[in-house]
Amino acid sequence: MIETLTTWLNQNKIFNVGTLEYYGDGLTVTVQLVFLSLLIGLVIAIPLGILRTSKNPWINKPIWLYTYIFRGTPLLIQLYLIYYGLPALPGVKDSFIWPLLANAFYPALLAFILNTAAYTTEIIRGAIQQTPQGEIEAAKAYGMSWWLSMRRIILPNAFRRALPAYSNEVIFMLHASAIASVVTIIDLTGAARYIYSKYYAPFEAFTFVAMIYLCLTFTIIYIFKRLEHKLMAHLRPVGS
Amino acid sequence: MLDLKGYGPTILKGSLVTIEVAILSLLLALLLGLLGATAKLSRNPISKAVGTAYTTVIRGVPDLVLMLLIFYGGQIMMNSLSDWLYDQFEIDTYININAFVAGVLTIGFIFGAYMSETFRGAFLAVERGQVEAGLAYGMNRWQIFKRIMFPQMMRHALPGLGNNWLVMLKTTALVSVIGMEDMVRAAHQASAALQAPFMFFIPVLLIFLALTSISEFFFKKLETHYHVDSRRASQ
Repeated sequence: MIETLTTWLNQNKIFNVGTLEYYGDGLTVTVQLVFLSLLIGLVIAIPLGILRTSKNPWINKPIWLYTYIFRGTPLLIQLYLIYYGLPALPGVKDSFIWPLLANAFYPALLAFILNTAAYTTEIIRGAIQQTPQGEIEAAKAYGMSWWLSMRRIILPNAFRRALPAYSNEVIFMLHASAIASVVTIIDLTGAARYIYSKYYAPFEAFTFVAMIYLCLTFTIIYIFKRLEHKLMAHLRPVGS
Repeated sequence: MLDLKGYGPTILKGSLVTIEVAILSLLLALLLGLLGATAKLSRNPISKAVGTAYTTVIRGVPDLVLMLLIFYGGQIMMNSLSDWLYDQFEIDTYININAFVAGVLTIGFIFGAYMSETFRGAFLAVERGQVEAGLAYGMNRWQIFKRIMFPQMMRHALPGLGNNWLVMLKTTALVSVIGMEDMVRAAHQASAALQAPFMFFIPVLLIFLALTSISEFFFKKLETHYHVDSRRASQ
């Protein structure tokens, strides 16, 4: 099976073993970028989302400003600002982060983290604010502290409510990660651009990569559908 | 201060290009969205399949990949078309896909898929009885669409349209990647020449922020004007 595949690939001008490996490496970079930025972004967004619901303007206004700027401007500009701007800051060249900036991966990761954290913060804020008043009153009646009711009552349900919007954000992030190829990163799109320029074959190079993205998108949708099904079990009609 | 070492006017001119691309793409997207929604809601299995394939595939692939595909692929297609024209009819033409056309076509095509979904949901939100009432009045299908469906559908579609517009506005920044002289490209070139990224990217960031803020304000006004939950508000 593998042998026939290799002979077929060797006869193919563009999709030979070498280019497929190239796409494979690109896939790894894309998955790493997307997974890390979503994970770190979520860790940042949960506390920010909670604080964003605070009534104290000194707490919620700065977070509002952060999400307003990052949601109101293109990710490409944010990436440019970080990729070109960070090294231009005074003192950065002598500090420990300089070796990290030499690799485009880390500035891109930072831009993606800040971007997804902004969107996720607003998703979490929305979900928390939609908590039915009765649930909060019940928690208070039980004598729960703010933190306890947050942990046991408000957050678990807020996460459930946030899930559909968050799955959109995950897909958005996967698609946005293609922008990394603009700053020399060889992710999936970067690999396709390289193959395009090497063979001057735009249809083959970009259609192939589009299909990989399509598969990734469907996988994400499937995982979130399963997750929603599981987490919303108590809301399903009996017997379904 | 607005001079930005001579690059200010270039960036301002580029911002007009950004706005032009966004508005032209919006028009194309609205048109494709209406067509796509009609196709998806139609009883004809073929147009339904075409509509579904369009919205599913386009929304599953990054905008940048589609843009590169249409820009570079479109050029090759045009080259073979002009070769073919020459071989068959000896017509000597050269059609050049410029970045502006490719950008508008791609962004319009992509957001047409998102608009289709918005319009589809909005069409479904209009009660079935409304259409039946139109039929009872003896209206034809076009009259029902124009007088009953469209005005009511637009109220439901408005929040989704506003959202799509905001995403689209930000997506226009990508046209700089395929070589269009918009404000992002102008800033990129200026910052590379003068080694001053903040001086050029921050103004561009602020222009985008202003554009999204103005749009948001405008759509809020429209929504209150058209009152999607007029019934809830009066209760």
